[in-house]
Amino acid sequence: MKLLKRLMCTARRRSPWLFHMNSGSCNGCDIEIVAALSPRYDAEQLGVRLEGSPRHADILCVTGPVTRKAVGAVKTVYDQVLGPKAVIAIGSCPATTNVFIDSRTLDGPLDKHLPVDVFVPGCPPRPDAIIAGVAKAAQILAERGNKAPQPIVAIAAETTEEVNQ
Amino acid sequence: MNLLTALARLLIFPGLLFAVPAAWFFLWVERKSVALMQERVGPPFMQPFWDFVKLLGKSTPPRPGIAGLLMRAWPLIAVSAAAGAVGLLPVLPSSGGFEGDLILLLALLELPSICIIAAGFSSRSIFGEIGSAREAALSVSYNIVFLLAIVSIAASQHTFRLEALASAPFTPLHWLGVLAILVCLPAKLHINPFSLPNAEQEIYSGPMTEYAGPELAMWELSHGLEWVAGTGLVATLVAPHIAIPWGGAWLAACIFVAISFGVVLLLSALAAATARLAIDSSVRFYWQCTLIFAVLAVSSAIFMRFRS
Repeated sequence: MKLLKRLMCTARRRSPWLFHMNSGSCNGCDIEIVAALSPRYDAEQLGVRLEGSPRHADILCVTGPVTRKAVGAVKTVYDQVLGPKAVIAIGSCPATTNVFIDSRTLDGPLDKHLPVDVFVPGCPPRPDAIIAGVAKAAQILAERGNKAPQPIVAIAAETTEEVNQ
Repeated sequence: MNLLTALARLLIFPGLLFAVPAAWFFLWVERKSVALMQERVGPPFMQPFWDFVKLLGKSTPPRPGIAGLLMRAWPLIAVSAAAGAVGLLPVLPSSGGFEGDLILLLALLELPSICIIAAGFSSRSIFGEIGSAREAALSVSYNIVFLLAIVSIAASQHTFRLEALASAPFTPLHWLGVLAILVCLPAKLHINPFSLPNAEQEIYSGPMTEYAGPELAMWELSHGLEWVAGTGLVATLVAPHIAIPWGGAWLAACIFVAISFGVVLLLSALAAATARLAIDSSVRFYWQCTLIFAVLAVSSAIFMRFRS
């Protein structure tokens, strides 16, 4: 039984399938997610696959500051992702609503509506930071299993290179 | 004893015990070779296995009623049909037991794609329905060529028995038939340029859009088994028949695996090098370009039969 549990844990860690959800993003972070899968960064080495259907996904990647129009869609898609699941907030927008703060068209930030597991800050974040965030989320997913998500959270640090710049 | 051999074929080689790891391996080869052609490192060796295990551990949405029951049944039927098709392949020299014929093998090979069509419609998702309609249109076009190619091989040898076909001497007609099967395989396996039914980014995942967890794992497995069965069919038709009493079986098995692997590499390279065709171009390709060759093959096979 313990062996099976460990096998499942490893499988969850090594096979994170993503679903990408735009909640009113400016498209900057969306491009960076695609860049993370491109030949230069090659997230598939970690078993990452960008899935078309939320039913197939383990990790929900949300970009954008969550506009009023997008709240319903974000919640619906979160419910369509089947457990065990994790949520990554990609970019500064879903974390803090960024430069759009106090806008009356927003109903953000994201953690008002969903339990976010990993924040990847940046405007936009570098693809390496997104990959680090996905790896972190996969680790959280593997350790948590079917238990309910905790309110807290990890912050995927930007690369040292980025910090030095 | 005969029953034992039949069971061994279905369960050990080339049946389940060989076919399931081979399915994962071929799925990995497909993804890895695409990655290498794009100058990426690609997924690790165990990736399809991890994906399968992970999907088994995920939950599925509640599916009430008959539609739900059907949705759960289709992937299981597809997996068992594909596994049965692999088990029927005449890889090893005959030693009695259950000998299926070509018609049974073709039926089993066709069943997964019928299951995909039914699954898309029973999921009641708009993307599933579009995917299923495409799969049905595609299946009508490539199957004509596929069946004519196989019929031409069978007609030239005067038999539908798999054993006899596998050990048949090579003729130009035989090669033409194998070529026609190779042309149909990308459509049968839903890979580029004929990846219309499950077109990602276009209709999400086609018929599989609503599937999740263990059901999706079964679809992945049945896709892998279809790879093994499709490439295995080519391998048994191409492989030279070995009649050495001892060691012959091992050699035959090794040749079968090697040729299947070669076909997988060929098809993956094709998939990586091409983009998805539109449905009308795909249908036109099969009806206009390849059908002529298939008809030629069949008519010459029948002609040769009358002459002999």
